[in-house]
Amino acid sequence: MTPTYYLLLSALLFCIGAVGVLVRRNAIVVFMCIELMLNAVNLTLVTFARINGGLDGQVMAFFVMVVAASEVVVGLAIIMSIFRTRRSSSVDDANLLKY
Amino acid sequence: MTSMSMVHGVLAAAAPVGQVALGEAIAFWVLGPVALAGALGMVFARNAVHSALLLAVTMLSLGALYMVEQAPFLGFTQIIVYTGAVMMLFLFVLMLVGRDSSDSVVEVLRGQRLAAAILGIGLAGLLVGALAGALPVTADVPIDANNVPAGNVGGLGKLIFTQYLFPFELTSALLITAALGAMLLAFSQSRNAAKKSQRETVVARLRGEHARISPLPGPGVFATADSVATPALLPDGSVAPESLSEILETIPVTPAKPLAPLDARALTAARTERAQEKEAGA
Repeated sequence: MTPTYYLLLSALLFCIGAVGVLVRRNAIVVFMCIELMLNAVNLTLVTFARINGGLDGQVMAFFVMVVAASEVVVGLAIIMSIFRTRRSSSVDDANLLKY
Repeated sequence: MTSMSMVHGVLAAAAPVGQVALGEAIAFWVLGPVALAGALGMVFARNAVHSALLLAVTMLSLGALYMVEQAPFLGFTQIIVYTGAVMMLFLFVLMLVGRDSSDSVVEVLRGQRLAAAILGIGLAGLLVGALAGALPVTADVPIDANNVPAGNVGGLGKLIFTQYLFPFELTSALLITAALGAMLLAFSQSRNAAKKSQRETVVARLRGEHARISPLPGPGVFATADSVATPALLPDGSVAPESLSEILETIPVTPAKPLAPLDARALTAARTERAQEKEAGA
């Protein structure tokens, strides 16, 4: 087993997250799938850092975590305010811009 | 998903070029399937709370994998920030929104799920195929050569506060902006000023700040019916237009036809006939 197996694992996780974003319609679950994709990319960064023997990849993964945390806060607040006005957390119900 | 090239790549990777230690391999083969199973379960679980918990399982095993991969600081940050804070925030919002807000099974776009599955399998095939092609050439450089004096956390700190200082400061700005945005989005109901007291309202009415001093006459007042569509009557008997609801005014009202005066006995004719027959029979 080589460290590249981690890259395979993270590729599979990323694909599962992408399929989840396309398939699920609850906005919160879609958001969780995005988090899964971010985590997969983090695993890739950590593995690259380890393959190259440097720490830069880990620093980047750290920054990704910071951005993901603030993204979660704002995104969940948006979902909450949409739910407050439309009484639904389904992404199909927020379709006013379509018409 | 598993092409022949990938199988070849995996077999070729069995060469002892960049092999990892046995313990790490065991940890990977235990934690990797757990992470995959959690991710698949998250996508396929019908209940959103189950999805959140399965995603927490995936994130926990990813954190353990970080620690195995010589990134202990990131592993602990993963467990504390993601599993501890982010997932609990997700669960909190799920409980606020309502636990039973699960997905509907109805497909809105026809063939969307099939297309998504094909797309996902195709993407996975592409990525895995490309990576499998890169498998044999990977060499493993020990990471300890870079950060032996300070350790993982010390090395990260040194990098963050020297080479990556500006991005680090930018993240602080980002965090403050995110906190402000969340507060702005979450407290949407307290936009108005303080409510006026009753006395202040009366004074404003007497000063003429309102359209009229008294409240609007209610519908049906001084009228013969208590329907909301019945207007109030002015002292001279005419209709007070202000008492009519603006919504109801658009509906044409047809006055009911006056009924012919009914003799009450006509309604019970059959009964009286029977009573008369009974009397006659007796």
